[in-house]
Amino acid sequence: MAEVAYVKASRIFSGNPPVRAVDELSLDVADGEFLVLVGPSGSGKSTALRMLAGLEDIDEGAIEIGGKDVTNVPPKGRDIAMVFQSYALYPHMTVAENMGFALKLRGVNKAEIKEKVGEAAKLLDLTKYLDRKPKALSGGQRQRVAMGRAIVREPAVFLMDEPLSNLDAKLRVETRANIAALQQRLGTTTIYVTHDQVEAMTMGHRVAVLKDGLLQQCDTPRALYDKPANAFVAGFIGSPAMNLKTVPLTAEGAKLDGIVVPLPRTALDVASGANLSEVTFGIRPEALGIIPSSSTEDGLAMTVELVEELGADALVHGAVRIGDSSERFVVRVDGRTPPTLGQEVKVAVRDASEIHLFHPESGDRLTD
Amino acid sequence: MTLDAGSLQVVRPDRVAPKRKARSKGASAALHATLAVASLIAVFPVFWVLVTSFKPDARAVETTPKLVNESSLDNYTRILSGDKGSFLTWFANSVTIALMTTVVAVFLSATTGYAASRFRFPGKRSLMMSFLVVQMFPFAVLIVPLYNILLTLGLQGQQFGLVLVYCTTAVPFCTYMLKGYFDTVPADIDEAGRVDGLSPFGVFWRLILPLAKPGLAVTAFYAFITAWGEVAFASAFLSAADESKTLAVGLQVFVQQNRTEWGHLAAASILVAIPAVAVFYLVQKFLVAGVASGAVKG
Repeated sequence: MAEVAYVKASRIFSGNPPVRAVDELSLDVADGEFLVLVGPSGSGKSTALRMLAGLEDIDEGAIEIGGKDVTNVPPKGRDIAMVFQSYALYPHMTVAENMGFALKLRGVNKAEIKEKVGEAAKLLDLTKYLDRKPKALSGGQRQRVAMGRAIVREPAVFLMDEPLSNLDAKLRVETRANIAALQQRLGTTTIYVTHDQVEAMTMGHRVAVLKDGLLQQCDTPRALYDKPANAFVAGFIGSPAMNLKTVPLTAEGAKLDGIVVPLPRTALDVASGANLSEVTFGIRPEALGIIPSSSTEDGLAMTVELVEELGADALVHGAVRIGDSSERFVVRVDGRTPPTLGQEVKVAVRDASEIHLFHPESGDRLTD
Repeated sequence: MTLDAGSLQVVRPDRVAPKRKARSKGASAALHATLAVASLIAVFPVFWVLVTSFKPDARAVETTPKLVNESSLDNYTRILSGDKGSFLTWFANSVTIALMTTVVAVFLSATTGYAASRFRFPGKRSLMMSFLVVQMFPFAVLIVPLYNILLTLGLQGQQFGLVLVYCTTAVPFCTYMLKGYFDTVPADIDEAGRVDGLSPFGVFWRLILPLAKPGLAVTAFYAFITAWGEVAFASAFLSAADESKTLAVGLQVFVQQNRTEWGHLAAASILVAIPAVAVFYLVQKFLVAGVASGAVKG
C-alpha cells in the first residue's frame, strides 16, 4: 500500500527534434486509489506507466512511491507488480511457477509460495491449471495468470498496461468488472492504462486524460463527463463523442442554422471579455432530442443519414447546415421510435445547462 | 400435382471437387529415382569408409572392390591399443579442445548476441559488421598473424591458444545465430522479469537462456564441429610433439610419403566420426523450434 506521485516527470526521446513523450507530468495518486491513465495512441500514457515501473528513464522531475523518491531505483527495488498487454508469461514455466517466480527470487520458502499461489489461483479460478504451461491456456486464462502473478507478490502498487485489449468484447466487459472488484477487495493502489474511455470511466476512481504527453485533466469520471476542462477531453470522454462545433456568437447566444441557442450570461461575458466572435459549442448526443415538427419550439433542421440502433436507444446521425457548411450531429433518441433514413427532423437542445463552451483556438473551457 | 423432395433439388452435373492432381506413375518413379540417387551419393562414401575400415591395408584398394575381403576388427584393435600412434591421447586432446571451444564460444556469443539483440550501444553496427567481415578471410591468410599473436600472448603450442583461435571463427557466426534467436523472444519477457525482481544478468540467465535452448543447441553443435575436424590451425598452433596432437592432425600418420594405410585410416575416421554423431544426437531434440510459443498472446 502506498501513494504514488509524479513530480514534473518527463521522458524525452532523442531525435530531431527530441520528442517529449511525457511532458512535466504532475499527478498524485492516493493510497488504495484506482487511477486510470487514458488517451489516444501516442499520448504517452504507456510511457508514463513504464516510468513508474522503472522500465523507462525519467529524464526530468521525479517519481515517488510511498513518499520515497524512486527516480533512480531499478524496477526490482520499487515494490511494484505489472500486468503487461501481451501478458509476458514465462513460456518455460508452469502457471504455478509463473505466479510464484517473484516470491522465489525473494527467497520465500517453498511452502509459503505454494500457499500464496494457491490462494491467488482460487481467487482467479485457476486452480485446475496450475500445472499447465502458458501455451496450453486460452487468452482469458493467460490474462488471469498475468493478474495472479501480480497479486501473489502483494506489491505496494499494481501497474496495468491495457490488460484487456487482447480479450474478446464479452470477456473484456466481464474481466473489467472482475478487476475493479478485485482492486476494491485488495485495496492496493492501482495505475491502469487504457485507450478505451469506457474502461476508464467504469473502472477508475479518478481518470487522468493525456494527449501528446501532456496531462489534460485528472478527475472523477463524473466530473470529466460533466465538466471537461477542454475541447479535447470533451470529445474524448463519452460515447458517442460530444458534438463539438465552432459557431458564431451573437449578443444572446450561439448561432446555429438560423436559430440562436441562448447561452448563460456568464459564458457570454467571458466570451466578450476575450473578444471572441466565435465559440466552440459542445453538446452531448443525450442532451439533444428530436421534437415533433409541429412543435412551435425552435429547432435545428437535420437530415437523417444514419440510424444506429443499440436496443435501449438509438443514435441518429444527421447533417445540419451551419452557415455555409453542413455539419454532422449525433442525437441519442428512444430506441423504439427512431426516425427513418432521409427523414427531415427537428432537433432541439433539451437542457441549456448541458451546453459546454470552449475557446475556439486554445480549446479551454469558458464556463465553470 | 404432387411433389417429392427429390424433384425439388436442383439437378447438377456431378462435379469433382478440385483436388491436387495425382502424380502420374512415370513422374512418381522419376521422383523416387532422383531421391534414391541423391541419398546414395550422400551415404555411399561414408558406407565405403566403413567397409574399408574392416579390411587390411593391402586389400583396401583393389581392382575389383569387394564388400568383405579378409575383413576383421584388427584395424580397430591396433589403433585403440596405441600400436599406431597414441590415438587415445589424440582423442582426449580433441575432446578437450572441442568442448572448451564449445563452452567459451557459446558463452561469449550468447552474451554478445543478447547485448546486440536488446541494447543500443555505440559501435553496435560496426561490431556486427566486423563479425561478418572477418568471416570472409580464408583460413590460410590468418595463420601467420594468429601465430604471431599467440606467440606474443605466450599461448603458442597450448590447447587454450587453439581454443581462442577456433573462437575467432565460431563466435561471429554463433553471435549472429543467437542474436536472431533472441530477437524472437519478446522484450516484454525481459521487462516482466525485471519487475519480478531479476537483475539484467538474471533476466539473461534465468529467462532468456532457457527460452533459447534450441538456438544454443545449434550454436553449440556448430562450435563443436568447428573445432573437432579442423586440421590447418591445429597443426600450426599445437606443438609438434606426438602427445599434443588432435585427432585430425594425428590421422596423418596413416598417410606417409610412399604408402597410405587405407584400412587404418578408415577405421580411425570412423572412430573420429562417432563423437560428432553423438553430439548431434544429443542436441537434435532441441532443434525443434516452438518453445517460445504461448509467451505472449497467441
